[in-house]
Amino acid sequence: MAEEHGAEHGPLDQFEIHRLIELEAFGVDVSFTNSALWMVLNVAAITVFLTLTMRGRAIVPGRWQSLAELSYTLIAGTVKDSIGQEGRRYFPFIFSLFMFVLFANYMGLLPRAFTPTSHIIITFFMSGLIFVGVTLLAIFKHGFKFFGFFFPPGVPVYLAPLIIPIEIISYLTRPVSHSVRLAANMLAGHVMLEVLAGFVVALGIFGFAPFILVIGIFALEIIVAALQAYVFAILTAIYLSDAIHLHH
Amino acid sequence: MADQKPAKPDHPKTQPADLQELGKNLRRARGKTDPETPAPGRINSREMSMAFRVMTELAAAIFVGGLLGWYLDKWLDTTPWLLMVFLILGMASGTLTAFRTAKRLSDESDE
Repeated sequence: MAEEHGAEHGPLDQFEIHRLIELEAFGVDVSFTNSALWMVLNVAAITVFLTLTMRGRAIVPGRWQSLAELSYTLIAGTVKDSIGQEGRRYFPFIFSLFMFVLFANYMGLLPRAFTPTSHIIITFFMSGLIFVGVTLLAIFKHGFKFFGFFFPPGVPVYLAPLIIPIEIISYLTRPVSHSVRLAANMLAGHVMLEVLAGFVVALGIFGFAPFILVIGIFALEIIVAALQAYVFAILTAIYLSDAIHLHH
Repeated sequence: MADQKPAKPDHPKTQPADLQELGKNLRRARGKTDPETPAPGRINSREMSMAFRVMTELAAAIFVGGLLGWYLDKWLDTTPWLLMVFLILGMASGTLTAFRTAKRLSDESDE
């Protein structure tokens, strides 16, 4: 990695993509990269975590089982609160998203790990897919009435030329802010950790000061990782709810 | 979590005595800690994430507005007028989105 282009180990090296298995399909580079490897590990870890912890199905859960139940009830409650009863059928989708982002964020905190969610292309793919899916769902469910979403009731008609572009931009902003927020949070946290860790080595005996800071920021990162996964899931639920109920 | 009710008081006889005792202890322990008062002077990560959420919405709308204006300009050959118009519309829509998010967040915390 860093050794290949000089002794310098930069704080951005951790985000580099490497091809592990070179593949090409129809002229498109579909190589198996480290990003893909960590996503596969991520899905495997989620599967192992959820199946092993829920194997006992004890009435009084142990530590592991309550971890799994905690994440389940958190998302189930969120979906129920923001979508309502119709939201139940979307629960598997939102729960999978939440677990994927959560595990990607947490596994990225391991030493030498790669964080797929720190790449905007990964998060933008997810949010873009949600955006397209939610829009199609709204059109299928409400037909032409969907376009009334861009002109809220109670607004004077002569304001339409102003309100409609604003509402359309606001709607198109969703996938951008949805994806940028997650990627920027993960990117910023990881860069900050690496830069400060570099100071620990560079400052020698005085390195203890940034070292304490690194511990603090790592603790903050643990919170941010869970929080951002939750925010990603809750926003998906809110967008779904807007599509189902057609109001802001 | 919040809707977990304490043991129903209308069926006290169906429960063993030690479960009732446990319930009493649980309620007492829950009453002691008040989760709604954060320690002063500490960074509240929840509030920070809310602020960040509103901020990204504000910035993203301007970006989307600018991008839309840029491409419409290229398409209709009207550089730079639509870019200017859509940048302003983007700012307006960013404010609108941020306002809606802030309103939703404050409605949630009121409940």
